[in-house]
Amino acid sequence: MADVLKLEQIRKFYNAGTPVETEVLHGIDLKLAAGEFVALMGPSGSGKSTLLNIIGLLDRPTSGTVSINGQNTAGMSDSEMTALRGHTIGFVFQYHYLISAFTAAENVMMPMMVDHGRRTDAMQDVAYGLLADVELTRWRDNRATNMSGGQQQRVAIARALAMNPSLVLADEPTGNLDSVSADGVFDLMRRINTEHSTTFLIVTHNLDLAMRCDRILDVIDGRISGQEAAEAENIPGSRAVAEPLSPA
Amino acid sequence: MKNWAPIEWTIGLRFLTEGIMQTVFILTGIAMGVGVIVFMSAMLSGLQANFIKRVLTSQAHIQIIPPDEVARPLRSSSGLIEGAIVQRPSQRILSIDQWQTIRSAMKARPDVITVSPTATGSALAIRGDAARSITLTGMEPELYFQIVRVPDYIVAGAAKLESDDILIGTELAKDLGAAVGDKLNLSTASGATQVLTITGVFDLGNKGANERSTFVALRTAQSLLGLIGGITTLDITVTDIYAAETIAQDISATLPVQADSWIKTNAQFFTAVRAQQSSNTLIRSFVGLSVAFGIAAVLIVSVIQRSKDIGILRAMGTRRGQILGVFLIQGGVLGFIGAIIGSSLGAGALFLWHGAARQADGTELFPLMLEPSLFVVAAAVATLTGVAAGMAPALRAARLDPVEAIRG
Ligand SMILES: Nc1ncnc2c1ncn2[C@@H]1O[C@H](COP(=O)(O)OP(=O)(O)OP(=O)(O)O)[C@@H](O)[C@H]1O
Ligand SMILES: [Mg+2]
Repeated sequence: MADVLKLEQIRKFYNAGTPVETEVLHGIDLKLAAGEFVALMGPSGSGKSTLLNIIGLLDRPTSGTVSINGQNTAGMSDSEMTALRGHTIGFVFQYHYLISAFTAAENVMMPMMVDHGRRTDAMQDVAYGLLADVELTRWRDNRATNMSGGQQQRVAIARALAMNPSLVLADEPTGNLDSVSADGVFDLMRRINTEHSTTFLIVTHNLDLAMRCDRILDVIDGRISGQEAAEAENIPGSRAVAEPLSPA
Repeated sequence: MKNWAPIEWTIGLRFLTEGIMQTVFILTGIAMGVGVIVFMSAMLSGLQANFIKRVLTSQAHIQIIPPDEVARPLRSSSGLIEGAIVQRPSQRILSIDQWQTIRSAMKARPDVITVSPTATGSALAIRGDAARSITLTGMEPELYFQIVRVPDYIVAGAAKLESDDILIGTELAKDLGAAVGDKLNLSTASGATQVLTITGVFDLGNKGANERSTFVALRTAQSLLGLIGGITTLDITVTDIYAAETIAQDISATLPVQADSWIKTNAQFFTAVRAQQSSNTLIRSFVGLSVAFGIAAVLIVSVIQRSKDIGILRAMGTRRGQILGVFLIQGGVLGFIGAIIGSSLGAGALFLWHGAARQADGTELFPLMLEPSLFVVAAAVATLTGVAAGMAPALRAARLDPVEAIRG
């Protein structure tokens, strides 16, 4: 299968050229194939969010190349990156970041509205369909602020899917939820992945959830190592508290 | 099928209605500022228009009079001045030389509307034992009344002038105990006398004028003043009252006469108007500036409050230009709505003040001059001010780094 994402020798320095210069990513190579469902793990401060922002074209690497669907983004202008981001990448964050001034359905429509320049009736049908998919039909016209954390995160997932992206990036999507809601949100993403073959890259600290992914990538000190989920237990430096692997 | 506005409008307006408290407060501020500006502008232009109207219905825009008589020192043949002390000669009543030619020249000018010849001088009005000195103005009513609207000021009788008729002021009528239909004996320094019938009494709104001013037919004045065929003044109205001074200077320069414009004779008024206008402009600019800073401050706060919203909008593919638009629209909408409310407040206050503020005689202090253009201009300027004030916050929002905004 074609690569949705290809990273080559990604390095990232913060405060480059100053006395407090820090190298966060030390030359990362990574490929994600279409339809993959991948977990990204690693201790706090290891550079997971930094990497995700670079993959999501929100940030540029200090050196190295990011290719989305075979398209090298290195020479792209800001606005080209914005356009590519809008059309190919969906984001889910730990703090859902729904826009509180809008309803659930309007939040889901937002990526389509900004892309098209204005709202159309067809967008509402798409948004209602996605919200039905995440089982929120009852709440679709509620303001974002009137919903539970789990519900808000489902809206955020529906919104990430609005433009039918090739890649969904989720930075600790369950980090702020109780375990029942976290399970529900995770199951939802997995279901979308199998039903629509959408590629997911999910940052999580939860080994249980990570082990239900196709692959686990571990970021340690700005370097990446990955294995099949089944081998996760053997990763040096992975959670000491990891529970025994339950049979898949 | 609903037709939706561009997304910048959808988001901008939603942000405004979402932060309704901030919106209401800043709208109140803008409305008060605009209200003050509208009120001040309308009242000042009302006062000014009232004064100009009064002036221009009681005097000509330009008066053409004969040049001053000057005495020239006596010179010997060698050019030596023999009589060095030159006394200013007394100014006789003089006719304008070849006034018919000058009148034709005036009538030929495209910027001149009316040219009215008048013969003016002093006379004594006698009735029984009472005698009063008066200013006798002889003119052709159909021309002169287009310039000085005597008929508008008639309080008794009519503004009808045959060769034996005279119009007098209320004060003179009182002093002489005369009324419409009574006869007056007029005599002048040249020794001429004539008996005239009072056909109308006027009130020019000024005691001095009501005591002294009288109007008669041109021929009557000419014979009384010993000016047969001559006139002392050409009264002129022009199309553009504010160009009067330039036209007057042009006339003085090209013809052997002296031309005085109403602007020159009312110089004090214009100095006062100019001072008022510049202080008015200063106040308006500062009010406008504080409104602009208010809008900018509120929008800056809004950008900071909504930085996460902006970050997520950018992450989902919103262009910088669209974010810029969202906040410029908010600035413009605040300015526009504030101006609509403010104009209504200003107009309402003006109505109340107009009703309450009266002159000593109970007439209005200023005419209500609420031209629609004032509202249109206020709305347009306020909208532009709002957009301009939104520029700094909007740029800040557009430049926001989505990574920073989302991490927060
Ligand atoms: N804007 C920045 N300027 C300087 N240093 C930064 C900046 N952003 C991140 N860092 C540093 O880069 C390193 C990696 O940060 P990052 O947020 O990617 O870690 P993370 O793996 O996502 O951690 P966590 O699990 O706590 O979310 C950290 O040491 C952090 O302090
Ligand atoms: Mg992180």
